[in-house]
Amino acid sequence: MALARIDLPREARRGELVEVRIVIQHPMETGFRREPQGERIQRNAIHSLVCRYNGAEVFRATLSTGIAANPFLRFFLRAARSGDLDFWWLDDDDVQGAAKAHLVVSA
Amino acid sequence: MKRRDFIGSLTALAVSPHISTTDPLVYSFTKGKPVRPGRVSIEIAPLAENGHSVAMTVKVDSPMTASDHVRAVHLIAERNPVRDMAVFYLGPDCGHAEVGSRIRLNGSQRVVAIAELSDGSFWSDAAYVEVREAACTDGG
Repeated sequence: MALARIDLPREARRGELVEVRIVIQHPMETGFRREPQGERIQRNAIHSLVCRYNGAEVFRATLSTGIAANPFLRFFLRAARSGDLDFWWLDDDDVQGAAKAHLVVSA
Repeated sequence: MKRRDFIGSLTALAVSPHISTTDPLVYSFTKGKPVRPGRVSIEIAPLAENGHSVAMTVKVDSPMTASDHVRAVHLIAERNPVRDMAVFYLGPDCGHAEVGSRIRLNGSQRVVAIAELSDGSFWSDAAYVEVREAACTDGG
């Protein structure tokens, strides 16, 4: 359902630092906004996000409504071997999202 | 104590990003341990046109090895309705302790980053951001 874009270099050498950037399409509703009719819009934010590299967890985040809409995250990773970067997240409506990117690591 | 030393210590107090360790939010993860200023640097533009999306980066001075790394970075906005903005959990696989994101700010305030290291110590930094238009103005 949710769309995401992962940005990382196509190739890296073993041991090199890789910058990983992800943008997820999500309103991150604060629960403070109202519709024009005055009804409160329910809070709905991505509260958990996990990144796994070759199956092992490398980065995890607990987010709140303090993160801007369409959450953007940036972190680093030490390239070890070629493999997938799996992102998984969950929002307050219990809607899961996932995105994947491949990293090629040369010796 | 010499007068010069005394005034020097006052200035140090004024500029140090002092964090109240008895604040329930801070206490929830520090469990009363001291939070020292230093090792962490929070990079954020001092002036934001609006608070809807403010880019920020937190860097921690750490070798990020298995024995010495950053476990977590807690991000707190002191004047947001939800003060605990985010917690980023890092590990030795990250290789470099730097995280970036875009945050919402409900008005001018201090943003505080507290890093928890693998040895159990806590370090912090704070940055003041002047926000021209708050994020929660629409019916907040």
